[in-house]
Amino acid sequence: MSEQKLINAPAKPPFWRDPEKRALVFQAIFLAFVLFIGYSLVRNTMANLEAQGIASGFGFLSTNTGFAIAESLIEYDESSTYLQSFFVGLSNTILVSVIGIFFATILGFIMGIARLSKNWLVSRLAAIYVDTLRNIPLLLQIFFWYFAVLRQLPNPKQAYEYFGVVFLSIRGLFGPKPIYEDGFGWIVAAVILSIVAIFVLYRWAKKRQEDTGERFPVLWTSIALIIGLPLLATVITGFPLSWEIPELKGFNFRGGLVLTPEFSALVFALSIYTSSFIAEIVRSGILSVDKGQTEAAYSLGLKPSWTTRLVIVPQALRVIIPPLTSQYLNLTKNSSLAAAIAYPDLVAVFAGTALNQVGQAVEIMGMTLAVYLFLSLFISFIMNWYNSKMALIER
Amino acid sequence: MIKKVVLSTLGVALTSSLLVGNAQAGEVLDRVKEKGFVQCGVSQGLPGFSSTDEKGNWSGLDVDYCRAVAAAIFGDATKVKYSPLSASERFTALQSGEIDLLSRNTTWTQTRDTSLGINFAGVTYYDGQGFMVRKDLGITSALELDGASVCTNQGTTTELNMADYFRANGMSYEPVVFVKADEVVAAYDSGRCDVYTTDASGLAAQRTKLKEPNAHMVLPEIISKEPLGPAVIHGDDQFFDIVKWVINATVEAEEMGLTSDNIAKLLIDSNNPTPAQQRFVGTEGSLGENLGIDAKWAYNVIRQVGNYGEIWQRNVAPLELPRGVNNLWNNGGIMYAPPLR
Repeated sequence: MSEQKLINAPAKPPFWRDPEKRALVFQAIFLAFVLFIGYSLVRNTMANLEAQGIASGFGFLSTNTGFAIAESLIEYDESSTYLQSFFVGLSNTILVSVIGIFFATILGFIMGIARLSKNWLVSRLAAIYVDTLRNIPLLLQIFFWYFAVLRQLPNPKQAYEYFGVVFLSIRGLFGPKPIYEDGFGWIVAAVILSIVAIFVLYRWAKKRQEDTGERFPVLWTSIALIIGLPLLATVITGFPLSWEIPELKGFNFRGGLVLTPEFSALVFALSIYTSSFIAEIVRSGILSVDKGQTEAAYSLGLKPSWTTRLVIVPQALRVIIPPLTSQYLNLTKNSSLAAAIAYPDLVAVFAGTALNQVGQAVEIMGMTLAVYLFLSLFISFIMNWYNSKMALIER
Repeated sequence: MIKKVVLSTLGVALTSSLLVGNAQAGEVLDRVKEKGFVQCGVSQGLPGFSSTDEKGNWSGLDVDYCRAVAAAIFGDATKVKYSPLSASERFTALQSGEIDLLSRNTTWTQTRDTSLGINFAGVTYYDGQGFMVRKDLGITSALELDGASVCTNQGTTTELNMADYFRANGMSYEPVVFVKADEVVAAYDSGRCDVYTTDASGLAAQRTKLKEPNAHMVLPEIISKEPLGPAVIHGDDQFFDIVKWVINATVEAEEMGLTSDNIAKLLIDSNNPTPAQQRFVGTEGSLGENLGIDAKWAYNVIRQVGNYGEIWQRNVAPLELPRGVNNLWNNGGIMYAPPLR
């Protein structure tokens, strides 16, 4: 039968008659064109920079900057290199994005659920929150927090004082900073140990429930563990921790931890603005779960709180996560508006100050663009992974 | 399909040929002449140097040099269009050809002159960086500024000088750096910073914008040399020469005693002028021809804009700044023009 078919098969057509091969040829031609365009863009740029006498190359990265940066997570001073200033900007961008995403998510979930509340006042307030904040441009919100709110705070000499250790002024919020002494490692070890213990406990309790149906109070035990163990370690090692209290010396408070108004304004604006979008995403996610699911859960005898946690939310998350990812990406990219209020993020430090001192726009903007591309791809990678964990497992 | 391929090949070829093309000799001047005006990059508002009145008319020392270049090329000082630029935008705007002339209180430094692909045509104002503080802080010297918060502009020599000064004197500080000058002033005025630092002329100019100008003082220390002047792009030497000699002509005119009022008489009554004056107004010699512009170029500059002293009096004197080193060389300053001959 099969031999018959082979014999009867038509002669192989020449490759230009074969649509698949033809398509391959055209794709190859197209790819060659794209590469050619890319190549000629790079070549022309280089030639033009050369002809205009503008310096090019990445040699500037290893020279000293000579300028200072207000806040930095990593070691930096005026004698540091441009590469270091790049990392200072990058770490500040990541810091403000991570903290912004954290608060935006919490606020967004609260507001999204509040808008579905049966309490008329709560749901109306949430609706007003969402509709107001997502319709005002982000830059204006940043300006509002920075210029209208935080600029009204008093001078350092008239700073608001809380318990003698926290000070709030126009220069920022100053609080005590922990100073680690010998033996602090034991406390860190205790924290890690308690996290591991909680993880093991969770696995064990789940298995036990599946085998025997008996439940174990995991939440309360976990809370006890994470507070108890480090506390025990602290007492045993004899409190190897002291606090550096900020002090008013000359113009400013010195010492302690500081939250600058630039950072605070940016975090407020970014997280509140994004939370209004997340609230709508959460609401739509919850509404997308069929009412029958709730009724089925009730008829099985589940409490309302369990119904929400075990039935509604896992199904809602499948709808929530993909648009939530794009909100996280937006927040990260929007953090570049920091330049408007003097927060030293990547755009302000590297694509701003460094670009001006060096003048190599092509290289510096290229690096900056690459960073945002990488950050965005990284966030979507993480969220896609989480999404695939949460997705409906088809059997 | 083949048609499409051919078309895209053409497209690519066309784009690449457009992308090539650096500033060749005369290119900027040709562009300016073709457009019929000079596109001039100025500040976003610095009284005395470049700022607008309530009707939107630009004035100031930097603006006057834009007008002077237009007067030299077109014989008409009004043929200028202004692009207000932040400190961080200015060099890119010049490099990309968005503006023809950068006249924006810009300090001439070696790095800028050599690595940015631009040329500084001269110095129109010798400045230096200073500090402004509130009087009620009770400070008399910049050496007492340890630990202060300092507001300044992004992408300026100021930012670097400040870092050098505090470092050299072993003092700590918190830099608060804004893109726009107005934001710097607002931040300082609201108390976000203890100190506002920029060129001394800028301090005097911005002080007028503060809520209570008299509650502030400028500290005596001048921590840097800031020669400010217009810049052009590399490659068009003719345009560069025109800008350079327009600056020199304004200084030379002040030295020769030629003003916008009396220069017209030289043309009407051409028996009296000295040979130098005749060369200046273009009735003798070939100065205009050498530059490739009208023989009466210098006459037009002085007639329509004025000599350096007049420009100073009109723009900078109202800020109550002393003329100091910006006086002519024979009057205790360092303003000196090479001979126009």
